Amino acid sequence: MNPRRIWIIAAARTIEFYRDKSAFGWNFLFPFLIVLGFGFIFGGEEHKEYKVGVFPMVQQNPTIESLALPERFETTKYLEFIGFESLEQGLDKLRHHKVDFLIKNGENSPMYWVGETSPKGYLIEKLLKAAMAPDTNSATREQVAGREIKYIDWLFPGILGMNMMFGALWGVGYVIVRYRKTGVLKRLKATPLTSMEYLSGQMISRLFVLMFTGTIVWIGCQMIFGFYVEGSYLDLAIMFFMGCLSLTSIGILLAARGTSEEFTSGIINFISWPMMFLSEVWFSIEGAPEWIKAFAQIFPLTHMLTGIRKVMNDGAGLVDVMPEIVILTIISSICLVIAASIFSWNK
Amino acid sequence: MSIILDVKNLTRKFNGLTAVDGISFEIEEGVCFGLLGPNGAGKTTTIEVIENIISPTSGEILYKGKKRGSTFRNEIGIQFQETALFSLLTVRETLDTFLKLYNKTYDIQELVEFCRLGDILDKQNDKISGGQKQRLMLAMALVNRPELLFLDEPSTGLDPHARHNLWEIVESIKKNGKTIILTTHYMEEAEHLCDDIAIMDNGRIAARGTPKELIQEYTDGVTIELPRSCVAQEKVAAMGFDCRGELDDPENLESDIYEIITKDINADLARLMENGVNLGSLSIRSPNLEDVFLNLTGRKLRE
Repeated sequence: MNPRRIWIIAAARTIEFYRDKSAFGWNFLFPFLIVLGFGFIFGGEEHKEYKVGVFPMVQQNPTIESLALPERFETTKYLEFIGFESLEQGLDKLRHHKVDFLIKNGENSPMYWVGETSPKGYLIEKLLKAAMAPDTNSATREQVAGREIKYIDWLFPGILGMNMMFGALWGVGYVIVRYRKTGVLKRLKATPLTSMEYLSGQMISRLFVLMFTGTIVWIGCQMIFGFYVEGSYLDLAIMFFMGCLSLTSIGILLAARGTSEEFTSGIINFISWPMMFLSEVWFSIEGAPEWIKAFAQIFPLTHMLTGIRKVMNDGAGLVDVMPEIVILTIISSICLVIAASIFSWNK
Repeated sequence: MSIILDVKNLTRKFNGLTAVDGISFEIEEGVCFGLLGPNGAGKTTTIEVIENIISPTSGEILYKGKKRGSTFRNEIGIQFQETALFSLLTVRETLDTFLKLYNKTYDIQELVEFCRLGDILDKQNDKISGGQKQRLMLAMALVNRPELLFLDEPSTGLDPHARHNLWEIVESIKKNGKTIILTTHYMEEAEHLCDDIAIMDNGRIAARGTPKELIQEYTDGVTIELPRSCVAQEKVAAMGFDCRGELDDPENLESDIYEIITKDINADLARLMENGVNLGSLSIRSPNLEDVFLNLTGRKLRE
């Protein structure tokens, strides 16, 4: 292993990345846009989870004053009322799940329609009934103790991790396969460069790009949303780095052989989509069947996000996230050893 | 002179197809050795096995009398037939990247002057002309001052001006005493640059020698080229000339000249004049490597 050759390969690849305007924009802008979008959807006061169709109603977005429904139902949080001119119009929307519930305006005991299998419709029905029943107040309301973890504090590391996953798989896997196809690797094989040196160079470049991009996006989003980080930033950075290392190793493994870009993109999608949904990027899989939870453990992103959220939301230290760090190290080592042993320069 | 490269019984098969079929040859140090043959003859496979890019199915390759060791890559330079470069790098950055992969290298300025890259140093490497790209590839092959240089079809796709430019650079490399192995399907290129030629066809070496030796051994006499517009086909046939190919062969008919091969140029010209043929557009040429290949295989090089 010659450090100078590793360095020069890493430098060439990094320059290439930063000159590729489309990839550059994608890597910086995309996480910003997603976080911004989700911030507005989930973070704001205006978010309405349940859609209730009301007829007959001329306005599409009726005001509270124009509604003549039980008062406690009208003022329930997270209900959005949508006006329809006729019953037929409303039923059509209900059938196609554009609204969850349909109710006739202006009566003391209103008529309503609800889909047989719609879970949201079922809940709205309960809400309506509760709103019409006398207020018994037998349950006592308590606030969750301690500092509240905002949804965005939970979601943001997931989005950043997901973006790093795509960056690692496409930026390493896809690029090396393309280089093999176009003969760049063959040209490098003709030099004293060894495969280990080449792969290390690619890896270092990608780790730098991921960490650098991640830092910029973090600072940007921090300024907009003001996340709260309970643990230390250093521990957080170590956790991110270990995650990137394991994701990049998978990229290197995918790139070890083959010249078909189509096949490689297929494989990358095949790996990244389940990883995105099962690694708790967007939502918790707490209630999912045990086998799904067990399956999710094979993805490095799962462990990366678990560790990061422990540090960020619960103030965990390095000792607390040691299990995650060990697992990520094992995944990285396995992938790299296999990749180095099957790597081919040739088509 | 000592032998720099010794190839023994080299065979390379791809999925049962024999690309190189048990060829053997030696190359002396300091010569420009040419593998001349049509596309698909096995030239590229042969040199890629020698370069250690692909492995042989069987056979042995000795470099300076020994098996190619770990230093082999440091001592050779390769210009592949087609390679992409790192994208989005300038010519200077591309050269610099390759320079730094070796221990013993050219000074970049010297290399830039030698390969005439001065004007395009700060251009992106995918925004230069075909000739400029070939010169950059050649510079990349030279970064480590190789003792053995491989050039695989270096001038394919270049216009005549760019080709002559490249030839001049290759000639300077020869003057520096480097050994060059070159593949080409242009007989002018082989004739111009090579001291020693192996003609390859169907994975085998059909003939070997200097251009002069090959022409002497495998051709006979000179060729008279007469435009078809000057004389009717029957008349040529009636005069009993030794014409290349059947006169009424459809492939020959596509050509607008008769190629008459003659050992006694004076007598044959006199015969044409006696028969009232207008010799105004006639031309006479000496035999070349194209004729050698045609006589050896019955086919043209660029078929």
